[in-house]
Amino acid sequence: MTTETMPQGSTPPASGAAKSSIWSALQANIRDYGLLLVLILIMVFFQFVTNGVLFKPLNLTNIILQNSYIIVMALGMLLVIVAGHIDLSVGSVSGFIGALAAMLMIGWNFPPELAFLANPIVAGIICLAVGTLVGFAQGYLIAYYRIPSFIVTLAGMLIFKGLSLAILAGKSVGPFPPEFQLLSAGFIPDLFGPISLPLGGAQPVNLHTTTLVIGVVAVLTMILMAARSRSRRSARGYETEPVGLFVAKNIVIGGLILFFTYMLASYKGLPNVLVVMGVLIGVFVFLTKRLTFGRRIYAMGGNLKAAALSGIKTERLTFYIFGIMGALAALAGMIYAARLNSATPKAGQGLELDVIAAVFIGGASALGGVGQVAGAVIGAFIMGVMNNGMSIMGINIDLQQMIKGVVLLAAVFFDLYNKNKA
Amino acid sequence: MGLTMTETILEMRDITKTFPGVKALQNVNLDVRRAEIHAIVGENGAGKSTLMKVLSGVYPHGSYDGQIVFEGAECHFRSIRDSEHKGIVIIHQELALVPLLSIAENIFLGNERATAGVVDWDETRAAAAEVLKKVGLSEDPDTLITNIGVGKQQLVEIAKALSKQVKLLILDEPTASLSEKDSEALLNLLLEFKSQGISCILISHKLNEVSKVSDRITVIRDGRTIETMNKDQISEDRIITSMVGRSLEDRYPARSPKIGEVVFEVKNWSVYHPQHRDRQVIKNIDINIKKGEVVGIAGLMGSGRTEFAMSLFGRSYGQKITGEVRLHGQPVDTSTVEKAVATGIAYATEDRKTYGLNLIDHIKHNTTIANLVGVSRWGVIDDLREMDVANDYRKKTNIRSSSVYQTTGNLSGGNQQKVVLSKWLFANPELLILDEPTRGIDVGAKYEIYTIISQLAAQGKAILVISSEMPELLGITDRLYVMNEGRIVGEMPTMEASQEKIMRTIVRAEGKAS
Repeated sequence: MTTETMPQGSTPPASGAAKSSIWSALQANIRDYGLLLVLILIMVFFQFVTNGVLFKPLNLTNIILQNSYIIVMALGMLLVIVAGHIDLSVGSVSGFIGALAAMLMIGWNFPPELAFLANPIVAGIICLAVGTLVGFAQGYLIAYYRIPSFIVTLAGMLIFKGLSLAILAGKSVGPFPPEFQLLSAGFIPDLFGPISLPLGGAQPVNLHTTTLVIGVVAVLTMILMAARSRSRRSARGYETEPVGLFVAKNIVIGGLILFFTYMLASYKGLPNVLVVMGVLIGVFVFLTKRLTFGRRIYAMGGNLKAAALSGIKTERLTFYIFGIMGALAALAGMIYAARLNSATPKAGQGLELDVIAAVFIGGASALGGVGQVAGAVIGAFIMGVMNNGMSIMGINIDLQQMIKGVVLLAAVFFDLYNKNKA
Repeated sequence: MGLTMTETILEMRDITKTFPGVKALQNVNLDVRRAEIHAIVGENGAGKSTLMKVLSGVYPHGSYDGQIVFEGAECHFRSIRDSEHKGIVIIHQELALVPLLSIAENIFLGNERATAGVVDWDETRAAAAEVLKKVGLSEDPDTLITNIGVGKQQLVEIAKALSKQVKLLILDEPTASLSEKDSEALLNLLLEFKSQGISCILISHKLNEVSKVSDRITVIRDGRTIETMNKDQISEDRIITSMVGRSLEDRYPARSPKIGEVVFEVKNWSVYHPQHRDRQVIKNIDINIKKGEVVGIAGLMGSGRTEFAMSLFGRSYGQKITGEVRLHGQPVDTSTVEKAVATGIAYATEDRKTYGLNLIDHIKHNTTIANLVGVSRWGVIDDLREMDVANDYRKKTNIRSSSVYQTTGNLSGGNQQKVVLSKWLFANPELLILDEPTRGIDVGAKYEIYTIISQLAAQGKAILVISSEMPELLGITDRLYVMNEGRIVGEMPTMEASQEKIMRTIVRAEGKAS
C-alpha cells in the first residue's frame, strides 16, 4: 500500500521507445521551430507576390535596418513581460533619447569647456545613462511602491512624449555628425578586400569577404558548441535529442545563416547595427538560459509569491529589469535617430506597440513566466517582413494595420489553443 | 426524544459526496427541527463545510448522492440562489460583504429593492433599518462596512439573511473572530431567533458555546455521522471522544529518535496583523527544537500556527515583529527570506500551489530555485550540475514523473509536495518547518512523506511540523506544542499525548480566554 501507489495526476507513462523520444523532442521545440517556419513561409510568400524583390540583397539589408530598433527593445520587453509586467513607455523614451542625442550633438551650443559633450561617443554614453536612469526611476515606483507597471509606464509615455516636444521645441533637428550616422547607416569594413565570383551571370558578383568569414565562423562556432554540449550530456548518461534531429536542426539553421550571410555579402556586407544586435541577442540568450538572474525572472513571473518565499528579492529584480529596459530603449532611440538622420518630435511614437506585439507573437505569456529570446526576435521579424512586403506591394497603410492586428490576434490565439489542447 | 412539539424542517438522508480520490462524505444523515439550534462539530477536514455546501447548493443536485428534504418536499438545489429562495441561508466564516458599500447596500446586494432595475433608495434604507433593529444593531444604514467592526459586520450578515425571509440559518464558525462580548450577543440573538421559530445550524469549534446554546449536537468525523446527542446527553467529554475517537492504524513509519542539543530557539516572539495594526496575532511565543527532533504544533484552524511560521521565515507575515531567534545558541537575523534560508531555515508552505511551486515550470527548475548558488558559479548556472541535483532529489524523494522536465502543474498533489520538499532539502537547512505537509494527498504518498521526515530527523535535522491532523502529529513527532489564539497553551512529550489531551488543552484555553 505504500510505495506501489501510482501517481494520481495525469502523469503520462514514461515510455522509453526511441520513436517517442524523437517525437517528444520535436514537440518540446515545436513552438520555436513552428514560429521560424511561419517566418520562412511569410518570406517565401512575399518573395512571390513582390516578384522577387523581397530576397534582393538590398531589401534584406533594409529589413534588418528597419527593424533593428524594434528587436533591440523587444529583448528588454521580453524580460519585462516574462516578469509579469508591461512597459508602455519605451516608444516615447526612445523618441526622447533621440531628441536628447540631437540636442547634445547639434542643437545646444555648449561653451568651449563643455564642448566635449557634443562628441558623438560622449553624447552616446550620456544618452544610454539617461535612458537607464529613466528605466530605474519607473522600476523603482513599480517595484518598491507596487504601483502597477501599466500605470507607471503609461504616465511615462505621456511625460516623455511631452519632453521630446519640449527639448526639440517642436522642430526636427538634424543632420547628425557622420560618426553617429554610422550606427545605423554604416557597414563593417572589409579587411580582406572583396572577392569576385563569376556566377554564370553577365558580370561577376562582388562579395564582402569579412562578412563571409564572420558568417562561416559563426556557423562553425554554433555547431561546435551544440556538439560539445550534446556529448557532455550523453557522457553523463542524460537523454539527448536524437542524432537525426540534431543534425537536421544544425543543417537548417546553419544553412539559413549562411544564406543570409551570402545575401548580405553580395550587397555591402554586415551592417554595423546587425553586429550590435547580434551581440545583444547572444547576451540575452545567455542571460535567460544560463544566468541565475534570468532564472529568477522566470520564477518570479511564474509565481511571484512562491519566488519571494524561495528567497528571491523580487523587488530588486523588478527594479533591475526596468533599468535594462530603459538602457535598451535609449540604444533603440539612437539607432532610430541615426537612421532618420534627424530627431523629430514624433519619433518613437507607437513603437511600444510593435515591440509588445513582437514579444507576444514570439510566444510570451501575458500572465508572465513564459517567453524566449528567439521567439521575440522571430516575432519582430515576422512583423517587419510583413511591413516590408506589404509596402513593396503598395498596400495602403490602413489595410496594413488591420492585417498586422489580425496576425497578432491569430498568433496568440493559436498559442493558447495549442496549450489548452495539451 | 421525549419532546413532542418537534416538527422536522430539514432532513438530509444518506448524503455521499466524492471528490476524485476522496470520499468527503459517506452516508451522512442530519435532521433539523423547527425552532432548534443544532450544532455540528468535528475536526478540520471532517466534512462539515462540505455538508453545508451540499445543503446550500454550492455543490448542485446530481454532484452528490442522497436526498435533501426541506419542509416535507424533496429539494434539488442547483445553486445558492435556489436554496436561498426556500429560506436556507448560509453565513460563511469569511464574511461576504463588500467593504466599500454601505450597510444597506450590502443587505440588499443581489436582492435590491428596485422597480425595473431602478433602486428605490428610501425603501432600501427603511427596510434595512427594520432588519438592523431585529438584530439589535444601531448603526446608520448608510455607514460603510469598512467603518464598522467585525462583530457588527457579522450582525449585518445576519440582517442580510433575515431580509431574505430565512427559515434555516447556517452559521459557519460565527464567533471565531469575535470578542467575548460580541460572541455573547450573537449567541443571545440566535436564542431570540429560536423563539421566533427560526431554525439554526451552528458550526463551531468552541465547545463551551456549543454546549450552552444547542438543543442537539451532531458529531461528524471522517465524512460520517458519528452520533447526534440530545440536550441532556451533551458534555464536552463526550463530544471530544466522539470527535477524535478513531482507531490508529499502523500508518506511520517506525523510528528511533536520537535527540541532541537544542538547535533552534524562539524567544518572546510577537507579531501583529499585517492590516490591523492593533491586532496581536502571535503572543509571546517561546519554543525550542533539538537536533534530530521532530516537534509538532497542534491547534485548530485560525490558531495562528501558519502565521507564526511565516513570520519566523523572513517576516513573510505580519508587522511589528519582536522577539529573538537563536540557532545553536547564537542570535540570528531572519528578517528576509534570503537571510532565513542562508541561516539554515526552510519553510515548506501549507499551500503549495499558491506559495510553493512555479506550476508552469518543470521539476528541475523548481528543485533548484531556492538554492541557485548551489548549481552556479559567478551567476552562471551549470546545466549539468543542475540536472544531477534534480535527478538526485527526484530519486531521493521518489517523485513519480516521466523526467525532471515534467511540468509541476501536471503532477499529483503528493508528487507536488515531494517537489516542494526537494526544493528545501537542496537548500540544506538545519531547521525544516513543514506546514500541513500531507494536506490533500493520498494515504500512500503520506506514508512516503512521513518516511522522508523521519530520515531527515535521523540525519540530525531539526523539524517543526504544523498539522491539523492530530493522528499525524501523534504518529510522527517526538514532542508537541499546543497553540491556541496565538499562544502556546501547552507542551507535552508525544509519548504522553493523546487526541483527548490535546483537545482538552485547547478547550481549557478557550475557556480561559473567554
